[in-house]
Amino acid sequence: MQFGLSESQEFLKESARKFFAGECPSAEMRRLMETETAYDAALWSKLTEQGYTGIVYAEEYDGVGLGKVELMLLMEEAGRALLPGPFFSTVVLAGSVLDAVGSPAHKKKYLAPICRGEARATVAILESSASWNLRDVQLTAANGKLTGEKLFVSDAGVADFILVVARNGVFIVDAKANGLKISPMLGMDLTRKLYVLEFKDTPAEHLGPTTNLPGALDIASAALAAELVGGMQRTLDLTVEYAKTRKQFGKPIGMFQAVQHQCADMYLETESSRSAVYYAGWALEENAPDASTAVSIAKMYSSDAARAVGNRGIQIHGGMGFTWENDLHLYYRRAKASENAFGDATFHRERIASLVIDAPGVTAKSA
Amino acid sequence: MDLKLTPEESSFRDELRAWLATNAPKDWAEWREKPLEESYPYLRAWQRKLHDGRWAAVSWPQEYGGRSATLMQQSLFWEEMARVEAPPMANSLGLGLIGPTIIACGTEAQKKRFIPKILSAEEIWCQGFSEPNAGSDLAGLQTEAKLDGDHYVVNGQKVWTSYGWVGDWCELIVRTDSSAAKHKGLTALLVDMKSPGVEVRPLRQMTGESEFNELFFQDVRVPAENVLGKVNDGWNVAMSTLMYERGSYGARLQLTFNRYISRLIELARSVQRNGRPASEDPLIRQKLAQCSAEIEIMRFNQMRAFSRISATGVPGPEGSIQKIFWSELNQRLQQIAQELLGSYGQLLGGDPHAVDNGLWSYGYLRTRGNTIEAGTSEVQRNIIGHFVLGLPRSY
Repeated sequence: MQFGLSESQEFLKESARKFFAGECPSAEMRRLMETETAYDAALWSKLTEQGYTGIVYAEEYDGVGLGKVELMLLMEEAGRALLPGPFFSTVVLAGSVLDAVGSPAHKKKYLAPICRGEARATVAILESSASWNLRDVQLTAANGKLTGEKLFVSDAGVADFILVVARNGVFIVDAKANGLKISPMLGMDLTRKLYVLEFKDTPAEHLGPTTNLPGALDIASAALAAELVGGMQRTLDLTVEYAKTRKQFGKPIGMFQAVQHQCADMYLETESSRSAVYYAGWALEENAPDASTAVSIAKMYSSDAARAVGNRGIQIHGGMGFTWENDLHLYYRRAKASENAFGDATFHRERIASLVIDAPGVTAKSA
Repeated sequence: MDLKLTPEESSFRDELRAWLATNAPKDWAEWREKPLEESYPYLRAWQRKLHDGRWAAVSWPQEYGGRSATLMQQSLFWEEMARVEAPPMANSLGLGLIGPTIIACGTEAQKKRFIPKILSAEEIWCQGFSEPNAGSDLAGLQTEAKLDGDHYVVNGQKVWTSYGWVGDWCELIVRTDSSAAKHKGLTALLVDMKSPGVEVRPLRQMTGESEFNELFFQDVRVPAENVLGKVNDGWNVAMSTLMYERGSYGARLQLTFNRYISRLIELARSVQRNGRPASEDPLIRQKLAQCSAEIEIMRFNQMRAFSRISATGVPGPEGSIQKIFWSELNQRLQQIAQELLGSYGQLLGGDPHAVDNGLWSYGYLRTRGNTIEAGTSEVQRNIIGHFVLGLPRSY
């Protein structure tokens, strides 16, 4: 049994960290968040060159064929850099849904261009109920057309096509289709833009039934938790650095236990989230019987932890933490958006309850 | 990353499983509730049996009667022991903490003299570290030992000594040089508890029982050959012991917690809340789910820490969060039990209405000690702050 990262996994993580630090430093991230879509074509082609846009998908669809643990590591590093734009929506979310729901022909047509870095995409799930429970989806396709509304659709403004979750299946809609209106929502996270989608007799191609959708959303949830881990690590690093250098009463504030112990808690929360995320990645990769439980544990714990780490980080930074120029609030904003996306901690606790209380014995033990 | 068992791990587990199937006692349930004084001979016998099968100290090197088990194998050992609900071993401090310290720091003569009887439970060990005025600030301890010919003469007081009442020997940390800086004047002594001048008094704790003792030393003569490690190097010897303490505990707790949460889920199905089983109450479900998730995360943290140690030979930063994690989790778990049981939660063992014979009222009180014993939560946070995050020392 070996819970540590392999040499090649360490290498991937290390090179991703260097890549994001070089190509998407804080100034670039801030520049992009001020743009309409936070998308940058030049950055996208660099992501493609690295193989990141096809990281977990099969080589026959022009992917790189790595595993879910590797995906978690990449997303952790993307989260550390607060990578703006449609990478998560396209590669992780739309990619996973295509991979899980689509036919080989669909994958050739839609997933392969994503892997090759040629297409941007997203998935539309939520409606006015804002419920992540798929049973609450009302939108229904009729005669190959959609009429209705989707809310909180990430990165739709830069998508070439959109996967729409309806009661009777998952559908593909061209972003430029007749009868589709895409308008921005003003979300707290400036690096990942949200949109309202209004469909009126919009032509929609049937991708497949929703049967395999939950599995794809599990991958997306775990990846989002991985991003949160990266954001927590960055918040912790910035805060510890600040606590070492900022002086009050003639001493570095990190010398005071009221400050130091909060840093220790940030560390505990970050590391525990990381353990949960890596385990979830492994369980997904192995199709372990407890994979869904593991995903919910990771998403639940890191959603709460990211908020707590952000709270502490801002508090320790004092007035400086409350300024626009400090990056902490940008991570804090992302953390709140990600906390809600794919179900908040309360949602996932209920899912864990249904898995471990209502159906005991599902949780796999190592022996 | 590969969480499947290796062939070595599987064969270790299978061998143990087979051994336990024929050797684990079947009647432990009848003894479990009895006072430790009464069940102690039973636990000694069980440890001897384990020792005969070479299972008493799997982590120890082969040459000292162990199996040189890896951390993963040790973890499997405790899992299997828990699976068959095997009793604990009588000499748990000797096996878990003091034996390894003697193997690491002791002379050949000391190893020969003490190790076999630790394994066989013929000699039970206790630990004399904390003092009334030296808790978190252990290095400030005042029990002194003065060299008189070829003996040290010990005077002072220790507190919070587990197994003091049954201890044959004690790993005692004393001050041998009061002029040196406080960490530098300490020495570890191996003290025969039957020596004249040693007095053991039970310390009654808030649960009403006496797990711990106070030890009093008045002109106790200890042969100089019983110095463990070097004279005035007792701080490092003590730290080596405490490292074993923090390392080995988590694996066992994991299994205890799993048993607790399974029982709480079972209770939630039978206890009524607002006219339906508590297991259907949204708030109770939230709390049970949070708790069972945290137990899993404790396991993940543990596995990561083990992998780190196997790879690098030193405990990684993950290890330092375990103590905080399990102790605070245990307190939350007990509070959930109280909420679930309502008025029944307060009932002590012996009351005919008590649930699980008072297990939960006891646990509620006992877990207050968890964030204090084996290094308080505050000390653990200092360790993380200073040694892991590199913040300046706060004390």
